[in-house]
Amino acid sequence: MAMTTEAPAIDTYTGRRGIWAWITTVDHKRIGLLYGVTALVFFVVGGMEALLIRLQLAGPNLELLSAAQYNQLFTMHGLTMVFLVIMPIAAAFTNYFLPILLGARDVAFPRLNAFSYWLFLGAGLLIYSSFFLGGAPDGAWVGYAPLSTQLTEVVRMDFWIIGLQLLGIASIASSANFIATAFTMRAPGMTMMRMPVFAWMALVVAFLLIFSLPAVSIGLFQMFLDRNLGSLFYEAQAGGDPLLWQHLFWIFGHPEVYVLVLPAMGIVSEILPTFSRKPLFGYPFVVFSGASIGLVGFGVWSHHMFTSGMGPIAEAGFGIATMIIAVPTGVKIFNWMGTIWGGRVRLRTPMLFSIGFIAMFVIGGLSGVTHAIIPADTQQHDTYYVVAHFHYVLFGGAVFGYVAGVYYWFPKWTGRMLDEGLGKLHFWLMLIGFNLTFAPMHILGLNGMPRRTYRYGEGLGWDFWNLAATVGAFTIALSILLFIINIIKSRRGGEPAGDDPWDGRTLEWSIPSPPPVHNFDEVPVVRGLDDFWYRKYGEDDEGRLLALETAEAEAVPQRDEEPEDIHMPDPSYYPFVTSFGLVVAGFGLVYLGVGGWIAVGVGMMTALWGFFGWSLEPVTREH
Amino acid sequence: MTTTPAAENVPVEHHDAGHHDIHPIRKTAMWVFLGSECVFFGAMIATFLLYRSEFADGPHAEEVFNIPFTSASSFVLLMSSLTMVLAHHAFEHKDLRRARIWLMATALLGATFLAGQIFEFTEFVREGLTVRVSPFGSSFFMLTGFHGAHVMIGVVLLAAMVVLSLSGRLYSDRGLNIELVGLYWHFVDIVWIIIFTVVYLLQV
Amino acid sequence: MTASTYHPTPRFYWLVAGALAVATAAEVAIGSIEFFDPIKVVGLFGLAAVKFAAVVALFMHLKFDKPLYRGLFLVGLLVAIPVFIVVLLTFERLT
Repeated sequence: MAMTTEAPAIDTYTGRRGIWAWITTVDHKRIGLLYGVTALVFFVVGGMEALLIRLQLAGPNLELLSAAQYNQLFTMHGLTMVFLVIMPIAAAFTNYFLPILLGARDVAFPRLNAFSYWLFLGAGLLIYSSFFLGGAPDGAWVGYAPLSTQLTEVVRMDFWIIGLQLLGIASIASSANFIATAFTMRAPGMTMMRMPVFAWMALVVAFLLIFSLPAVSIGLFQMFLDRNLGSLFYEAQAGGDPLLWQHLFWIFGHPEVYVLVLPAMGIVSEILPTFSRKPLFGYPFVVFSGASIGLVGFGVWSHHMFTSGMGPIAEAGFGIATMIIAVPTGVKIFNWMGTIWGGRVRLRTPMLFSIGFIAMFVIGGLSGVTHAIIPADTQQHDTYYVVAHFHYVLFGGAVFGYVAGVYYWFPKWTGRMLDEGLGKLHFWLMLIGFNLTFAPMHILGLNGMPRRTYRYGEGLGWDFWNLAATVGAFTIALSILLFIINIIKSRRGGEPAGDDPWDGRTLEWSIPSPPPVHNFDEVPVVRGLDDFWYRKYGEDDEGRLLALETAEAEAVPQRDEEPEDIHMPDPSYYPFVTSFGLVVAGFGLVYLGVGGWIAVGVGMMTALWGFFGWSLEPVTREH
Repeated sequence: MTTTPAAENVPVEHHDAGHHDIHPIRKTAMWVFLGSECVFFGAMIATFLLYRSEFADGPHAEEVFNIPFTSASSFVLLMSSLTMVLAHHAFEHKDLRRARIWLMATALLGATFLAGQIFEFTEFVREGLTVRVSPFGSSFFMLTGFHGAHVMIGVVLLAAMVVLSLSGRLYSDRGLNIELVGLYWHFVDIVWIIIFTVVYLLQV
Repeated sequence: MTASTYHPTPRFYWLVAGALAVATAAEVAIGSIEFFDPIKVVGLFGLAAVKFAAVVALFMHLKFDKPLYRGLFLVGLLVAIPVFIVVLLTFERLT
């Protein structure tokens, strides 16, 4: 069995070294790592934005930030966390593990995969460049018209519009890639109902994205035309309607929150069985619930618009649909609890974060249910109660889940374990800090504190809990610092992990850590759910686990030399070129009024060159 | 268990020993894309329907629309779907020359449609219907403009395939592919079927 | 190449194209001639739907291809149509 101490599999295999190797890589594992590291960097940036916000709100009438600066900070914080952190981190995990979990060697379209990453990076840089070019977008991450269609002396919302469009293209390309992969590239014997739950959630998310992004894309085009061409889509005085924007945005925006959390739920569904040493309770129900959440998720978008005057029929309909969606979510929770119940539980760090996920997500889900009650929501809307709700599900939920994934899969990426002591410290600090920050916001919201307001007056009764929240925020920051230190320390100095440090159930633990570029020496033939587990263990007459003698020999074929007849797709620079062209064109569109046409032309020509080069280039050169 | 040579295609069906069927993979991706385009154009059609009577101070639909002209354009685009499917059929039967002729016919019909659109739009602008004059104008031009842009991309792809076929580089398993471009082209046609009915015929 | 077993002939395609042309002519007639006003909306939507379905099923071969492709396209349609009908219904200006 190939044992790796350093990481030769991540090294080049065609002789290309360094930066060029990363720019031209089409290996899903490398692309996954790129997404992950980039997301982590943006997480720190978004976190600092949050800390500045919390400093400004630590007490009444503070003037650390002006209103204008504050508006940019909370807009960018939301934008960053949603689009530049959580979506990419889900993409990181999906990229790295979807093919491996399915027994495949790569995704369906490796170059398209690379393209999605570079476009994501370029779009993120485009959006952030706005800070240095006069000012960042300041209309909230939801960009409601007519605030967002107002022109100011400095271009701002156009960065937001173009950035989101580019990110949307990257996501749609990824989604098509993952759908094609899941439907056509599973290993022999792996039926749909033998796919790991994480793979299922990735598939549902891909569907959510391809059917929700086009709606906001049209909304964004319309906003861009209103701002730059004088069209009248959202111009009430001329017969347009700003509410159209809200619909188009939330038709995307609501499925988007499931895009953010479902992969984390998938990760938790992998971790719980491993650390309870029991199969997932009710696998078909967990899968079916995930799909239902996705489907019903398309029917609740106007619950973000309950105070917009849609009328009682529409409101009642959306309120009921919102309550209904709590049901499949609850099914998942009970199945997870059923998985842990009666198991031989090991409370290692991934398990702690997974249990934390369940607890925090339930709290967030409960406040969500209160939002479904329309009279209650009318009071809660645009207050800190909403901020509390979505941070519980997105931070306490999604982020905890993704962090669990990092602790779980770090050994597979690097061949080393993260430090368990530091990990547990990270968990407790983050749990305490998180609750200290966001629990008080329920109270603040019900006591009337509005969102998106840069300061509050004295004597309103909000001082104490705001201060508490600020202390909590810095506690979170400290815990993240520990996390980053852990990652850096353990990459080279962590305990060697081996292929299967957790005694796992799924295919990724059957290959070396880190995996060779071709993943599997021999494509596995899958005989059932958790196939790898059943190659390792049988059961004796009393149902106790029995390690199978032949397990190792069957799980990983014995080979000493690198298999020579496996051709992986060759690296290519066309994905980078194409995405670069699109980003340049994007800058041109932001500055359309002042000569941006030139950049649009140059960018599109570059992208076209990239596109044609890409389609004419063979996938693998003849050797 | 056999070692699977190439990475891009490890399809579930293994009947063809050694034959790597990349086609279902790419066709799946194309249908995914077309599914998302349904939502894309659906949003624009919904916007148009919302604003179909919002004429502000600009011209009304019945004042500017020229149904006979647009009917002719629609017929042209419809027939281009026929030539497209004939091109694909010829390619499947290894008749590269006939395939090229039908591809050129499709591109030509598409270009004719585009010319008709450009003429129509310039007429409308001359008569006072612009993007800025009314929500009706904004939504009309955005919907038909995006459709036209899709047609233009299609014509470029068709032309590229004609050029590639001349140098023998039109394959069924890589690069630009007739069937996939065909699916895109037919989709652009069915969007126009909806637009012609909903935007033109139902507003006058 | 594909798993489809039905292979239409060029003649079949010409026939479908002819039918589509006839349907288009009918649409224009219903749209322009006052006599048809009572059935205008239903007639036009109906004919458009038939043309749409014909091109998708026959020219795009969806009727004879893998169910997966049909599913992918139908999900797109089945999401788009109800969602946008609901959007339009929440506005009051449907005249």
